[in-house]
Amino acid sequence: MKLDSKIPSGPLANKWSKHKQESMLVNPANKRKFRVIVVGTGLAGSSAAASLSELGYNVDAFCFQDSPRRAHSIAAQGGINAAKNYQNDGDSVHRLFYDTIKGGDFRAREANVHRLAEVSTSIIDQCTAQGVPFARDYGGLLSNRSFGGAQVSRTFYARGQTGQQLLIGAYQALSRQIYSGNVNMHARHEMLELVVVDGHARGIVTRNLVDGRIEAFAADAVVLATGGYGNVFYLSTNAKGCNVTANIRAFRKGAAFANPCYTQIHPTCIPVSGDYQSKLTLMSESLRNDGRVWVPKKKEDLSKNPASIAEADRDYYLERKYPSYGNLCPRDIASRAAKQVCDEGRGIGPAGRGVYLDFADAISRFGKKVIAERYGNLFDMYATITGEDPYEVPMRIYPAVHYSMGGLWVDYNLMSNLPGLHVIGEANFSDHGANRLGASALMQGLADGYFVLPYTIGHYLATAKQPKVSTEHPEFKKALADAEARLKKLLSLKGKRTPDSFHRELGLLMWNKCGMARNARGLKELLQEIPALRERFWRELVIRGDAASMNVDLEKAGRVADFMEFSELLVRDALDRDESCGGHFREEHQTEEGEAKRNDAEFLHVSAWEYQGEGQAPLRHKEPLNYEEIKLQTRSYK
Amino acid sequence: MSAHNEKPMKLKLHVWRQRSPQQPGEMKEYALDNVDAHMSFLEMMDVLNEQLANNGEEPVAFDHDCREGICGMCSMVINGQPHGGHKGVTTCQLHMRHFSDGDDIYVEPWRAKAFPVLRDLVVDRSSLDRIIQAGGYVSVNTGGTPDANALPIPKTEADQAMDAAACIGCGACVAACKNSSAMLFMSAKVSHLGHLPQGQAERYSRVKAMVQQMDAEGFGNCSNLSQCEAACPKEISSKVIAELNRDFLKGSWRGE
Repeated sequence: MKLDSKIPSGPLANKWSKHKQESMLVNPANKRKFRVIVVGTGLAGSSAAASLSELGYNVDAFCFQDSPRRAHSIAAQGGINAAKNYQNDGDSVHRLFYDTIKGGDFRAREANVHRLAEVSTSIIDQCTAQGVPFARDYGGLLSNRSFGGAQVSRTFYARGQTGQQLLIGAYQALSRQIYSGNVNMHARHEMLELVVVDGHARGIVTRNLVDGRIEAFAADAVVLATGGYGNVFYLSTNAKGCNVTANIRAFRKGAAFANPCYTQIHPTCIPVSGDYQSKLTLMSESLRNDGRVWVPKKKEDLSKNPASIAEADRDYYLERKYPSYGNLCPRDIASRAAKQVCDEGRGIGPAGRGVYLDFADAISRFGKKVIAERYGNLFDMYATITGEDPYEVPMRIYPAVHYSMGGLWVDYNLMSNLPGLHVIGEANFSDHGANRLGASALMQGLADGYFVLPYTIGHYLATAKQPKVSTEHPEFKKALADAEARLKKLLSLKGKRTPDSFHRELGLLMWNKCGMARNARGLKELLQEIPALRERFWRELVIRGDAASMNVDLEKAGRVADFMEFSELLVRDALDRDESCGGHFREEHQTEEGEAKRNDAEFLHVSAWEYQGEGQAPLRHKEPLNYEEIKLQTRSYK
Repeated sequence: MSAHNEKPMKLKLHVWRQRSPQQPGEMKEYALDNVDAHMSFLEMMDVLNEQLANNGEEPVAFDHDCREGICGMCSMVINGQPHGGHKGVTTCQLHMRHFSDGDDIYVEPWRAKAFPVLRDLVVDRSSLDRIIQAGGYVSVNTGGTPDANALPIPKTEADQAMDAAACIGCGACVAACKNSSAMLFMSAKVSHLGHLPQGQAERYSRVKAMVQQMDAEGFGNCSNLSQCEAACPKEISSKVIAELNRDFLKGSWRGE
């Protein structure tokens, strides 16, 4: 496999404009001769499908939800970064670029990140023109807030629903194109196979989730905008339907999977309350401005009413360990510290997996009213879910899986090593390195969909010169047969266990040995345990109902089967990356103070894994990361 | 497991089961023990489904995704009320502590002509998408837009646009209305765009196109009873309906 990142030559700041100049174009009359498949309708997928259709391409768009507006981008709360420098506080494209590279612990490509920072400003213009109701100041201009990892205010927001408003903007643009007839929208369709003809991605096979019909769709290019794989841990902040199926199907057809071990654990989520738990809910990072994080010093205090525990018997461990950043230290560090005190047996709440986030000091200093103005909606959400009043008792929080920095490998054109297969948004690996900064996921999704892919896919279509294919081609017939055989095999199993029960078991294995902290011994054990679990899955599973109608357990079973396969790849990558960086913490590699210790001499590269066939270990390729602009440093938050 | 002090509850569930749009459906009874007060309503349904599957029965199909009250996918009428009738709460955020040991709970799908049942509690809401497709947007293409701060928008206007834009498109308003009208859903979009300068160019044509689409989909007329507002999990005010009516009338005077 040849991994050519196709990064343009020349000075960093000129690369994107030079690349656009040198890219081939498709003339307007010819665009309508091309058809593009877009899978997924989150920020990346909706914005790409709408923009491609506006240009004149024919688009087939797919989502598994009942409407494109439901994709999980909608749940993003905080905001979207852009280097507008509206606050006159010294922001610039270069500063956003630098913060993103450093935040990613120097494991992202310079050229991609610089382009992201460059187009960030156009995103805000575009969304405003669509009618996205961003927060404004009294003078009528746009308002900004600050986010982690930056010393400027560059985050644009729409109350606590920024993701929702940006997605509705993209959804409306997509709706307009559906109305024009240029986009065929296929909701409640799940992609089951990628079809590759003569080495080029030319179509997909889907299952209609309403009536079970298996269908094939042919096109001139395929775009995957299928999100992250956080649900491999079962419990995460992802939506229930988020899955890795499209990406793992593409991997099996030859697309390289890059850095699967990079997963982000967010420190402030509402903890697990019981075995029935189905997902975890995020509490905004902003709460740590006024909340103090602590656990009891003594184990015998764990079951006491927290208010009755004396100040001297509390351990404000973040303030103790990181005096200069205190409760506002970065996500990965806060998460690991919480795990540590819980591992010591000092975690609070059910199962001992939780720490207090206490507002008592802030309430006595500012009054309840001020705190309600700042965080009222979050306090209400917490009270709705837990039944506890955070104005009276401290919140209980614990870290949870949140975002996938890894994904399918793409070059500068957002095309995978499989010609024609483009991957955008969270589904690709390209921009966040080993750790993503807050408010950068929305930026990347929309950058890819509105302002990068529409240029780069044109170059591919203009130069690929592939003959038209129809779904009558033998490769389509074969992919259809493969998808059907797989469903049939799942339905033929006559065991006793449901897909959910296996998913929970896999998630627990992954969380315990490949979660916030990892070590070689645990990872090696997982490489035995996952195949054993997978073998049991394919023996002990049972699915009620049939394939010819809506069957929720069949949908789940297919996704769990793919997670069973993907989890092994993730673990393999975590074992192979024998260093700590960003969200990937190998216990063997830490400083004396317990901080992540990078190894630039050996691991300054992207790991891209190539499928080698059923039952075969995948092959790891390296794409070296060349830093021309930035000097490598050690992050410190003491 | 119940790690809490509350005693687990026993419930009797009455759930709408329907195999397909063509076949008739019926209410079926299921007994569920060991319901934890800290479960969400959907987690309680997960437990029911696990129990059904273990007994060799098909699980209850229901729509859900984000489980944090924002995607708008979950859609159950609980004891006669969309999302269970608690103020500002979607089904996924409703927790079992609002119920008591021994309760009978009735779970049904959204019921409206424009929302045909697909299976059990799952309905087809694509009619709402088609209302948006008819005109619920600002017609701008990607690129070539002016600087975002070129046009100041008074904060009060922007805030009102955001109030309406908070709609999650779940359809509870339709399920609550005795006429199965989609007026609150549609008016929320009209109000959102109508409060912004970017929405002015198509202000009147948008209203007309969306109203025509709503009628074509088989939604009823506004009942003027504001049940929609009471059922809305995002607490969108029915004043947006007045805004739509005003724009509709003004548009017809202008001949648009």
